Parts: sequence; C-alpha cells; structure tokens
Amino acid sequence: MTLSRRNFFKLTGLGAAAAATPGAFAQNAMPGSADAGRQAYPVQPIARLDALVVNQPLDFAYPDAGSACQLLRLGHAVPGGIGPQQDIVAYSILCPHMGCPTSYESSSRRYKCGCHFSVFDPEMGGQQVIGQATQDLPRVLLELDDDGSIRAVGMVGLVYGRQSNVMVQEVSA
Amino acid sequence: MSQFSDRIPLPPVDAQTTNLTCHFCIVGCGYKAYKWPRPQEGGPAAADNALGLDFTRPLPPLAACLSPAMVNNLRDKEGQDWHVMIVPDKDCVVNQGQASTRGGMMASLIANGQGVSASRLTAPMVYGGTNWRPAGWEEAIALYAGLTQRLLDAEGPDALLFNLFDHGGAGGGYENTWATGKLIFSGLGTSMVRIHNRPAYNSECHATRDMGINELNNSYEDAELADVLWSIGNNPYETQTNYFLVHWLPNLQGNSVAKKQARFPGETVGRGRIIFVDPRRTASIAVAEQAAGRENVLHLAINPGTDTALFNGLLTYVVEQDWIDREFIAARTTGFDAAVQANRLSLEECSAITGVPVAQLRQAAEWSYRPKASGHRPRAMHAYEKGIIWGNDNYRIQSALVDLVLATGNVGGRRGAGVVRMGGHQEGYVRPPFPGGRPAPFIDEAVIAGQGRMLTAWACDAFRSTLNAQQYRAVVTKRAAIVREAIDQARGASTAELIDIIFDAVTQKGGLFVTSIDLYPKPIGEIGHLMLPAAVPGEMNLTSMNGERRMRLSEKFMDPPGIAKPDCLIAAEIGKALQALYTQAGNAAMAARFAGFDWASEEDAFNDGFRQNESELVTYERLRALGNNGVQLPVQGLENGQLVGTEVLYTERFATEDGRARFQPAPWSGLLPLAQAQKDKYPFWVNNGRVNELWQTLYNDEHNPARMGRWPATLVEIGTADAARLGIASGDLVELYNDYGSTQGMAHVEPGIREGQVFMMAMGRQGVMGDLATTAVDENVLPYYKGTWAAVRRLGDAAYSASVTGKSRHY
Ligand code: SF4
Ligand code: FES
Repeated sequence: MTLSRRNFFKLTGLGAAAAATPGAFAQNAMPGSADAGRQAYPVQPIARLDALVVNQPLDFAYPDAGSACQLLRLGHAVPGGIGPQQDIVAYSILCPHMGCPTSYESSSRRYKCGCHFSVFDPEMGGQQVIGQATQDLPRVLLELDDDGSIRAVGMVGLVYGRQSNVMVQEVSA
Repeated sequence: MSQFSDRIPLPPVDAQTTNLTCHFCIVGCGYKAYKWPRPQEGGPAAADNALGLDFTRPLPPLAACLSPAMVNNLRDKEGQDWHVMIVPDKDCVVNQGQASTRGGMMASLIANGQGVSASRLTAPMVYGGTNWRPAGWEEAIALYAGLTQRLLDAEGPDALLFNLFDHGGAGGGYENTWATGKLIFSGLGTSMVRIHNRPAYNSECHATRDMGINELNNSYEDAELADVLWSIGNNPYETQTNYFLVHWLPNLQGNSVAKKQARFPGETVGRGRIIFVDPRRTASIAVAEQAAGRENVLHLAINPGTDTALFNGLLTYVVEQDWIDREFIAARTTGFDAAVQANRLSLEECSAITGVPVAQLRQAAEWSYRPKASGHRPRAMHAYEKGIIWGNDNYRIQSALVDLVLATGNVGGRRGAGVVRMGGHQEGYVRPPFPGGRPAPFIDEAVIAGQGRMLTAWACDAFRSTLNAQQYRAVVTKRAAIVREAIDQARGASTAELIDIIFDAVTQKGGLFVTSIDLYPKPIGEIGHLMLPAAVPGEMNLTSMNGERRMRLSEKFMDPPGIAKPDCLIAAEIGKALQALYTQAGNAAMAARFAGFDWASEEDAFNDGFRQNESELVTYERLRALGNNGVQLPVQGLENGQLVGTEVLYTERFATEDGRARFQPAPWSGLLPLAQAQKDKYPFWVNNGRVNELWQTLYNDEHNPARMGRWPATLVEIGTADAARLGIASGDLVELYNDYGSTQGMAHVEPGIREGQVFMMAMGRQGVMGDLATTAVDENVLPYYKGTWAAVRRLGDAAYSASVTGKSRHY
C-alpha cells in the first residue's frame, strides 16, 4: 500500500508531557527540504538545573517512552550547550549505527557503543569520533526556564529504529 | 548530502529494487537500492514497506541499519521525481545487513545535482582562453583522438602516458579495466602507464604470485574458523570494516566455536586469538582487546620496516622447534632448505632488529604454530596489507612472510588459514598483457624528466597519490602551463588547428597535455586541458570481485549526471574515433588495432572482456540471478543453471608449472637506502594510511560537509609526550617536512602513539603525505611509502578545535 503521509498519518505518542502542556509544540523545521517535514515535538520537562551534577548523565526518555536519552552537564561551555555556563546537552543514547545502547564513559567523556565500537563526543555536539554510524548522536534540543527547569523541545538527527522521531501511526481512512 | 534529518520516507512494497555492491572498499558489501516516485511512501506497518520492517513501534537493536544518510531525492532526465534509499542487504553473506560509515553514505552521494554531487562533472570540459568551458562528446573526443593520433604517428606510443586505475568498484571493474586495457595496450601499445596509486605498472603482490600463490586465496569464512588471525600492517576496523566486524569479530568473541567444532571434529578449538604486526597501536587493536580480551591479543609493535626480520626470526624458530608441516613441505613445495638457510635469524637477533621482546616472539609462535592439545597444528590465517605492500622492500617482505606460511602449511586448501592481502578497492582486472615488461618503467620519474607528451589521468589523481609528490605536482603543473599558454593564444581555432598548436607545445616546448577522466574535477585535471565525465556504480552496470573473489553484478538504477558516460564507453568512443581517423588516413593496419569497440552498453564490454578472457559461463543474467551473493571466482561450472564457484584456492595444485609452491630466499637486508638517509636526518617516522570515515583520495568526501566537518584537514596523529614537547594540541595545524617536501595537517593527540612516530592520512587534499615520500622502491618499482621520516612543527591554531573532536579514536 502506498500512502501520502499528509493525508493518512496522525501524530501520536506525544506522551503525558505534551498533554499536560496544551498547545506547547516545538517546531523544528529541517532546513532546505519539504520532505524532512516539520515535526511537532512535545515539550517535556526533564530536570532542574540545580539537580545536575557535572559529568553524571541523567536518564530520560524523549520524545516518547521508547526513546532513551541522557542529559549531561559538562562544566564548561560546549557547542549546543544551554544554561548559564552553556554546558548542558542531551542526546539519544541509542547508537545511530544499529541501535545498541551506548554508554557514557565519564573518564574520557565519550559515548561508546559495544556492538561495533562507534564512539561519540558529547562535548562536540555528539560528533562521531570514530565508528560506523552515518550520523552523529541525535541531539535533543533543550530550553531552560526562568525557574531553572530544563525541558526538551525537539531533536536533530533520527533516533535509531524509527522512520520518524515523533512516531506516526497509520489511520484507516 | 541527504535531504533528510529526523524523518525519512519508506519505500513502498512495489518500489523498484536493484542490487548494488558498495563502491568503496575491497569487502564489497551488498546493498539494496530502492527507487520510487515522489511523493509516494510506504507505510510503517511491515507489510506496507519494501523493507518489511515494522515501524509502528521502535525497532529493537540490530534489526536494521538505516539512517537519513541512506535516503535521497532524485529528479531524472524526464523530470520525474524519485526517492532513493540504499541500505545494506541482510541476505548478503558478506555484510549480513551491516553498513560501514563509508558504504552507508552511498545514497548521500547520488548524482542529483545537489549536495556532494553538485560538484560532479556533467559534460566534457575543455580548457581555453584561461578558462574551462563545457563541450559535447564529439568535440572532446575529436580533440583527444586527434592529438593522440598525431603523437602516435610522429613519436610512437611512448609519447602517450597514462595514470590508470586497475581495481574494481567505483572507477574500475571488469568492464572498465577491459575497455581501457584494450584501448591502451592493444590499441595504442604504450608501455608508459602507471597504476592509480603507484608510479609504475606493476603488481602489489609480485612475490606471492611468483611463489605460486595468488594473494586472495581463502574465503571470509576462514576468518571465522582460524585459531589465530594475523593482521600484518593492516588496520581492519578502519579499512576493511565489515570483513572485520562480521567475520573476524565473532571468532574473537568466541561465537564461532560451534562452527569450528562442526567443521573440525576431534580437533581442539576455542575462541580465536589475534596478533597484530604494526609499529602503531591502531583503532583495530583497541577494538580487538575489547572484543577478545587483552589476553587474546598480541601486538608486535615492530620497528618500522623490520617485517622481513620478524618473519625470518619466526621461521628459524619454528624450524628449530619442529612446528613445521614436513608432509606438506615435501609434497607440495620446493626450495624449503635454501630459504631456511638464507633467512636464518635467531630470535635474539630478530628481537634486536624488530624491537619486539623475545618473549613476545615466542608467544606469537606458540599461539600460531605449536601443535594444539589434540595434536593438530593451529590454523593460522595471515592477512596483510599496506604495511607490507608499501613496506620496506615489498618483494622481500612478502617472500619472507609466505615462506613462514608455507613452512607451517597454512595455505593450500586448509580452512581457517590462508595468506591473503586484505585489499584496498575491490578487484576487477581483465586486460590484455601490459607491453612494458618487468620491472615496469618508473613513469613518474619519466614525467619529471620531461618525457611524454600527453598524460591521461584515468579515475585517479597522482597529485595526491604518488611518492615525491611535491616535485611531481610542480613539474606536471609547469609542463601543463606551457600548453595552456599556447592554447590561450589560439582564438577561434578549429579542433584541427588546436591540435596543431598543442602538438607544437608538447613536442617543441616541453609541454604536457593533461586529460582527466573522472567523476569530479580533480587537482591533476584542474591544471590540465581536458576533462571527461565518467560514471559510478548505480549509474552503470558493473562487475567486480571482493577480497574472497566474490563476483557480483552491481546494477544500474539511475543515469549518470548530464552527458557523463561509463568509463568503458568513453574508452570505446576514443577507440572508434581512432579507428575512423586511421581509416580516413588509409592506414588499415592501425585502424585494425582499434577495431572491436562497437559497444552499445557496458554489458558488451563485459562480454568482450571478461567472458572472452576469464569465463564464458559468466553472464549478466546469471550474475543477476545470484544477487548480492554472486559467485566466488574462478567459476567451476554450472549446476542447475547456476554458476558454481571456488571457496578456497590451491586445494591440489599451486599456480606454478609443477603445481608446487616455491619458497623464496629473503634475507633481512636493512632499510632501503633512500629511506634510511631520511631516517638518519629527521626525528619522526611518518606512518601513513587510511582513516575510517574517509575513502581514498577523498574524491567524494571532500565535497561532503558531513565528512569535512569531522575531517576538515589531513589527520596527523601524534603521541602525548611528543605533542607536549612541541607545544601541539589536538586541532592545531602542523607542518611536516624533509628533503623531499613539506606538507601539513591537523594534529590529533592520540595517547597510544609511540614517541618519535606520527601517523598521517595517506591521500589527503590539503595535506599530501606523498610530498614527503622518498623515491625508494623495490626491485619492481613498488614504493616504500611507509619509509618516510620528517620533522614536525606547530604552525598554529586553525580553529579546528572549535568544531572537531579531539577525543581518542581508540575504543
Ligand atoms: S566495509 Fe567496505 S564495502 Fe562494506 S560498506 Fe564499508 S566501505 Fe563498503
Ligand atoms: S550499533 Fe553501535 S556501532 Fe553498531
């Protein structure tokens, strides 16, 4: 069956966070392509700034419960970092090669995948240091509230195992 | 570049599906190319997309290898819009559904006029009036063939120089090697030809072939069956990725034990061990330690250039221990005693030369050659690549290695064994004999000496891939400029008049007319006068074989960009034009030399070349039926209409007249003198090779922002202590220089690199390692690229550290 997604897909899997924050959808336009679409991402609180410990990742899931991510405070400004020190970043921790969970090695500050040994640098936007993926670690876009709470508002890069970061579900016409 | 970021379209179940063998490395991974009209999409349910994957929920790990880089858009010549997805084929026995970061990028590179491919040549380009302009084929071929004929008639074939691919995959394959060989060897008859990556027309494996052993003699499965894997001058995680990940890794992780038990009943088997011979601690070694446990990995960190001593020491030791295969030696070889005599070297002497402790030498020998508990000799597979091929006297090292392998019976049909090169590109060689003999002429020196009138660089770029490259570039550029100056004065000249002008510039003024036949404008082409646009797999049908001689048909699914053509058909155009010119001139004998180019398609070139010379049985149709698994050459015959191949060579006879493999004496004789002279003078050994994310001369990668973001400059790995001493940090720009030239790169401080050594990417764009390489060659003119010594200094901070990771590349 061939579908035109505009007509036949509806957004699902937005999760409790989105439901609790009516109207709060972030739009991440992908530059230069209609095909990339404009995904409507949920806005989801993750943690409070003062709860983060430098170099200790914090688990969360985004944009839905099936997508494991980590929030990381690095203690110095890094590309894409937010917060007063521009040192807070977040990534999908599923390896963008074939989806094994990567693990954070705090001594070297690298995400490492034991399946085919890809290595990523959270201090450089998730850049693949070496490895077999064809994209860097997908990045979670973050915002910091005035009250010190950090929320996820979108993603750059495709999370492993998905056609679309925001899961779509077929709807019968 | 791919158009996609966080969502990709899926191929509908009825998407056009073709087989594509990865263009890049020797492994030749199988891929599926899906093509379907935009804006259609398959649905997320497994039954609704051609991948058969259920995207209604997240896939479990390892279920797929799929990313935005594997999807792209395309508008064809009729104006129809398509989606294209190129993904690794789960049913291919080579890669089993895995993509490396190189092959996984193929869809991002397709010629859609955007991104990477915006730089592709789409029409012939002719230089004139200080500028390049597009031309039709007729004009371009008239110029090329007309000038060729003038020079051939006036000066003979050796006025015509070629830098010529000889491999498979992109810019190669049986169709293209045959067509070019037929044109250049049978037609033009020139011997002034060199191969894409070296300054002469020679084999990288003369020694092993002289000994009766082709360098690709086992199957990838043998890596799963070996007790010990030797990785000699070879970094398989970065350079033969999926061979390593799919076939070596399971053995190192103990996952092929059941297979070994089934294949070798009664024999002691276990988890595989691995021995690396490499002066450098590589990414592969770090990975192997993780996979196999440190106790199963041995790194023989030899002093640069001492491989011959290593193998001779081991040979002497295993003979002393009587760990050799006397029965095999007696029945299937000749020359054993003489080689043992000539190569004799005690373990102590070996240790002193190689720098490897005696205990490690013993351990390597025990792992690899001491009979196992069951009494069987271990199965030791010896794999080597550029550390030997570009090593200190290629012919001698290879002989010493194969002597050791023959003495221990690890080649000749035994499974889990073999003495094999790992390979760079795929292979795909079928050509008439090279007219130049052996040793072949040292072409690059001839060019520098002012010889030759017309140079054609065919799918290669010696500006980035030769030794003494700085001088080579300078001379070729200068000689080309002489022709440019003449052309610049030729206003309004017809093609015939232009040929006269160029003929005068090259025969009277020392000029060199330079043509580049390639995908992109290349540095060697950009200083020249004519560029002809070629095609890649996917834009043409192409056959090649991988490192286990597995031949596949890589199928066309789109057109080349603009009026670009497959290389074989470009060769045919030139051949036909020359035939017509000689017919016109009433020279029937010369016209006859260019007969047989009336090909309508690449399949005609295949039928003329491979089928007439290698195996009549192999047809496109039969290959298509075998899909991405193809057939392992040589073909034995047909069974139920299917081609039957050969898993392992030399089960009965070696490739010599008497069928016996030949030992060859190969005594240790020190470093080649030109290399030794630089070593005596400069502090750093400049090791060199490929980098995981980049392919060869970067012909695609340099146009790919995703690649250039990671590697904006040529990698120079340096150890922590040396970096500290020289004030160098990761991301700094550094200069390397010696008596031959100077070049630069981006420093990367890698803790595992030994003091007094650096590693530089071999064929970079702004930093060319060959600028430092001496003219030291072996008896067959095989360069000693690895025998490079230089000084290193910090140039400054090029701001790379703001966008390029400096983290360790070792897992
Ligand atoms: S391992 Fe080699 S052949 Fe396989 S996908 Fe990577 S580059 Fe291509
Ligand atoms: S799944 Fe992580 S490297 Fe392959």
